[in-house]
Amino acid sequence: MRAEYPASIRIVRVPCTGKVDIVFILKTLESGVDGIYIVGCEEGNCHFMVGNIRARKRIVKAKKILETIGLEPERIEMFNLSAGDGVKFVNIAKEMTERILKLGPSSIPRNAVIMEDIEEAI
Amino acid sequence: MVIGEGKPIEEILSMISDKKKLLVVGCKGCVTVCSAGGKKEVEVLSSTIRLARAKDNNPIEIKEETLERQCDTEYLVLMRGYINNYDAVLSLACGAGVQYCAEMYKSKIILPAINTNFVGVTEKQGIWTERCQTCGNCILDRTGGICPITRCAKSLLNGPCGGSSLGKCEIHKDISCGWQLIYDRLKELGLTDAYEEIIPLKDWSTSRDGGLRRIVREDLTL
Repeated sequence: MRAEYPASIRIVRVPCTGKVDIVFILKTLESGVDGIYIVGCEEGNCHFMVGNIRARKRIVKAKKILETIGLEPERIEMFNLSAGDGVKFVNIAKEMTERILKLGPSSIPRNAVIMEDIEEAI
Repeated sequence: MVIGEGKPIEEILSMISDKKKLLVVGCKGCVTVCSAGGKKEVEVLSSTIRLARAKDNNPIEIKEETLERQCDTEYLVLMRGYINNYDAVLSLACGAGVQYCAEMYKSKIILPAINTNFVGVTEKQGIWTERCQTCGNCILDRTGGICPITRCAKSLLNGPCGGSSLGKCEIHKDISCGWQLIYDRLKELGLTDAYEEIIPLKDWSTSRDGGLRRIVREDLTL
């Protein structure tokens, strides 16, 4: 296929998007990243039944939290796609990158230590 | 259990606006079960506060802690070694925990991070409802295990009132009439005779109007 996604994206692998807690999202933002998006399986196709549904609800909650503290909720998003849909994966990566570029850098200073802690926790 | 819910973040941020070092303390009791003040909520709230303050270029140092309970001195005392390193304590315990923390650490500012709502049950995951108003004089034996003080909007001891319609209370179409629930339950149990008995005036001196309520168990005191 040889499709390429933007190099600015760092992938954090989780066993299921149901593993992604709000605190991971908030702490990742604390590390100073400019945006986060969660890519889960199609709704109705979760191996763990409702992992991606739970993830979606948590993203909604996380967006609300950002809104209340004056950070752009658009910096977080949830996408669903099939594990075999590489082209869509790349399109999502490009779409999210464009969105973040438009928003500009996060107002939170960089902190590499927090990011390492999160990866360890996951 | 005691049910609570987090205060709006704007309110919390306003409480701590002049604080530079904050101790955020959760409780592993009731508020953990109702997802209002446990370890996870401590993490989420602390992270939210740090983000809000970092955004405004006004960073804050936070220590996160979750005690076994905040309504018992043996757990509160565990903070003695480090509490003075912080400008204030933001407690995610129920109102009792916040107050007991303030009583133990008299020179420290103790702030509430949650609102304590009621004594209730987990109806479904993420849904809690009230069941008890802690009146201190239980009559559930006479009402089929359904509390008229809590479930009836007027806390009638002999109901229903004229506002009951098709099993619903006049205050809202989604709220069941407590006395309809009681009657239906008594009918199921074959105890409708009990419904006919007038419940006499209740002794409310055990309820909330007499100041601080206290229980002393001589067999347990040291």
